[in-house]
Amino acid sequence: MRNRKELRLNQIEVNITVPNQTKYLCMIGKIGESLAHTLNNYHGDREELAYHLNLVLTEALSNAICHANACDPTKEVRVSISASDKNLKICVFDQGKGFDIQHLAKMKVNETAEGGRGIQIIFKLMDRVEYLRKGSGNVLEMTKRLH
Amino acid sequence: MQLNIVEQDDIVKIEVQEERMDAHNSGDLKEQMLQLFDEGKCNLIIDLSAVRFVDSSGLGALVSGFKNASAREGSLKLCCLQPQVRSMFELTRLHRVFEIFTTAEEAMDSF
Repeated sequence: MRNRKELRLNQIEVNITVPNQTKYLCMIGKIGESLAHTLNNYHGDREELAYHLNLVLTEALSNAICHANACDPTKEVRVSISASDKNLKICVFDQGKGFDIQHLAKMKVNETAEGGRGIQIIFKLMDRVEYLRKGSGNVLEMTKRLH
Repeated sequence: MQLNIVEQDDIVKIEVQEERMDAHNSGDLKEQMLQLFDEGKCNLIIDLSAVRFVDSSGLGALVSGFKNASAREGSLKLCCLQPQVRSMFELTRLHRVFEIFTTAEEAMDSF
C-alpha cells in the first residue's frame, strides 16, 4: 500500500521559511519562475505564468514582511507552494495581527497613488484568494487553475 | 540599487542597472529622485532597459517621482520597457499616467 504522504505523479511541493527581510523576495520569486518552467502538462504561456508567479510571490511576501509582520526582524515568513496537474496553491504565513483583505481588494486605488496595488494585483492574477487566521498568525492562501 | 546618472542640458537620465525593481530596492530610486528634485533637476527620464521584473513597490517609486516632478513643473518619462514590464503598466493601468517611449533618444526629444 502506498504511503499516504507519498506525492502523486506530477505533484510538486515546496516549503521554505525565511527571516522577515525583503532581501529574500528575489529568491522566493525565482522559485515561482522555475516552477512555471518545470510544471508537467501545462499548455499555456510559460513565460507569462513564470512572471505572474514571481509577481504574486513577491507581492504576497512583501505584504507579509512589511505590513503583516511590520518589518520586525525577529519574525519570519513561511511560504508553501503545491502544484498538481490542475491547480497551483501558494500559502504565505505571517506572524502579524492580520488585516481586512476584502477591504483592500475592493478599495479604489487612485491612478497616482503610490501604494495599494499589491493585493489588487494578486486578486487579478489568482483565481481564489483568502486571508485566514492560523494559529498565532495568518495565512494568505492563493489558488490558480492551471487548465 | 545600481543607478547610472547621465545629465544632458536640463534633463537627467537615470539608467536602472538592476534586473529587479521590488520592495527591497525601489526605495533607493525614490531617494535618488528626491535628491535630484532638491537640486532643482525636475526633468527626468527613467531608462528601464535592464529591468526584467517590477512589482507594485517599483511602480510606486516611479509614481512618486512622477508626482514630485509634476509638482515642480517638470516631468518624468519612461523609456526602453521590456515587454513583461510594459505588461505591468497595463495591468495596473499606469500606462495611461506615464509617457512611455521606445528609446531614450525619443524620450529626450520629447522635452
